[in-house]
Amino acid sequence: MILLIQYTLIFSSVLILVALGGCFSEHSGVINLGLEGIMVMGALGGALAMKYLPIAIPGFFYVLLVLLAAILFGVVYSSLLAVACINYKADQTIVGTALNMLGTAAATVLVKAINTAENVNNVSSEISYIEPKKKFIAYLGEFEFNWFMVITIIALVVAYVVLYKTRFGLRLMACGEHPQAADSVGINVYKMRWAGVLISGAYGGLGGICYILAGVSIWKFEYGVAGFGFLALAVMIFGQWKPHRIALSALLFGFFRALGNTYTVFEFLVNMKLPSTVYNMMPYIISLIVLALTSSHSRAPKAEGIPYDKSQR
Amino acid sequence: MRKNIWKTNGMQSLIASLICIILGLLIGLVVLLFINPKGAFGAIGTLLKNFMIYGKASLRLKYFGTTLVKTVPLLLCALSILFSYKVGLFNIGCSGQYTAGCCAALYAALKWGWGWFPCILFAIMAGAVAGAIVGVLKSYCNVNEVISGIMLNWIILYLTNTILSNVKEPTSPYTYQLSQYGKNALLPTLGLDKLFNNNANVTMAVPISILIAIVIMVVLNKTKFGYELKATGYNKNAAKYCGMKENRNIILSLVISGAIAGLGAALYYQTGIQQWECTTASVPGMGFNGIAATFLGGLNPIGTILASYFIQHITLGGAYVDKTMYCSQISDLISAIIIYLCGFVLFLKIMMNKAIDRIEEKKALKNEVSKEGSAK
Repeated sequence: MILLIQYTLIFSSVLILVALGGCFSEHSGVINLGLEGIMVMGALGGALAMKYLPIAIPGFFYVLLVLLAAILFGVVYSSLLAVACINYKADQTIVGTALNMLGTAAATVLVKAINTAENVNNVSSEISYIEPKKKFIAYLGEFEFNWFMVITIIALVVAYVVLYKTRFGLRLMACGEHPQAADSVGINVYKMRWAGVLISGAYGGLGGICYILAGVSIWKFEYGVAGFGFLALAVMIFGQWKPHRIALSALLFGFFRALGNTYTVFEFLVNMKLPSTVYNMMPYIISLIVLALTSSHSRAPKAEGIPYDKSQR
Repeated sequence: MRKNIWKTNGMQSLIASLICIILGLLIGLVVLLFINPKGAFGAIGTLLKNFMIYGKASLRLKYFGTTLVKTVPLLLCALSILFSYKVGLFNIGCSGQYTAGCCAALYAALKWGWGWFPCILFAIMAGAVAGAIVGVLKSYCNVNEVISGIMLNWIILYLTNTILSNVKEPTSPYTYQLSQYGKNALLPTLGLDKLFNNNANVTMAVPISILIAIVIMVVLNKTKFGYELKATGYNKNAAKYCGMKENRNIILSLVISGAIAGLGAALYYQTGIQQWECTTASVPGMGFNGIAATFLGGLNPIGTILASYFIQHITLGGAYVDKTMYCSQISDLISAIIIYLCGFVLFLKIMMNKAIDRIEEKKALKNEVSKEGSAK
């Protein structure tokens, strides 16, 4: 039971972080389908930091540096989306998909190159971080408390305050609803959209490093992040683009994802003798059903997906 | 006045695609130079050479055949994405529909011993059903087709692994070989294998896939149905206003799109060239590479044939790269860069048109000046 709660919380943390990233980007008017790739890049940044940072650094700074590395990678990578979609008015769906493919491919190539350079016979795309991982975890009895749970709550509060209580957030949302109107009162739509995408890169990067630290202590970059970026988008839609509702829906999705890892401890679930793949499929099936039931009433930011063109009415 | 050839859409698409390829290769080269400056040029050369690295002509011919066989599923996935894209839908669920087709074809062949033709039909149906789910969700529940497509990809992948575990070899994660247990399902070769130095995998699949490309071009450009689909893609509300059934068109286009992807899987796996691995942990890349081929081909079925061949060519070329320096994924990296660059195609075309306009204006001005001169 404790295991289930623990996994639910950590997977929900990932989903909340990434979905908030998507939320910022979409509120500014850019659909960020590249979240999956951004997560991979964030994970890569964090993993490289854990590989090269001396383990002697005190815990707090160590964690901070790893997080900064992940955020940096995520932000830099998301600027690829921003430059193509905002300045060159590229199709946001194509560029997002390209970023997903590019993220996994680039991370694999890079990690393999690093591994091979260290040892010619090592052609794997793995980075292990058994020791560094311990810095992210505190034990409360049996419960494995992960600092990311705190980070997520902070990130959630920050997102809520920024979006609804600051001038910047309200302007950002205006750019996603009616960019022409926003422009007419002197808001620079391009800058706002850049800000939205870069913030989503930061959140996505955080989500990526959180994801690879969630269960395992060795990561194979060939696998990417198994559709988690898209699950986060489903969470965001189910959460109606609002941070507090995103948090609640992420808990639901996180629960079903955690069930896949931990169902063997529940006797009645084991007794049902369902194949394990059923539990693997669960989060995806649930998200499809939930989306089917809720999407017809969903109110997405009105101008999302449409490149802003100053000369248009 | 004769139309300026540089102004035609086809020409501009071709130039834009070539620019994307060249830039993609250059960026790839830079990445390789960073990783290991010694062999970068050689590695890019190997990617581009693929089967040409063999010295013997007979071997080259054989591996050229293999490249063609592997181009078939990529081409059909690309056509599947192209077809739905014309209706304004981005069928990223193509990978899942492809997987569904593979599951259906292999299961029917290995478990029930069906012949090749019913197997193909079954695969087409499986793909079409997977496409239909996305279509229904899109048109009746307003679910974004990209997200539902991705979710279905994973669901279908896990389902396929479970179902095909029933027909797998007891000691390995692979399904039984078709050549031993499902001979009926192997596609007829029509004598094509003789052309490629007895490469038994070259079958009727190659000409069929090209035929499908042509059929799709005709349907999209020359029929009322194709016109309706494109109209729905341009403006859903306008199409509805004109009396077209926009929901039906959306579902139908995704069904057809799924069917094409399913056919692609059947035409690939029923050559016996590869077995399904029942522990596959990620969705097959065919559908995603198909996106690259579609946009690189300038959203034109004939262009897509060339683009899919190119992408498959460099992907297979990746296998020959010197493993002590680079990994085979560099070809994935380069195709991903190329898709990213394809996002700039619109911008490139605008730039081209501007340049052409400027040149034409100058010409017109010159003509006028000379006319005035002669009139005096």
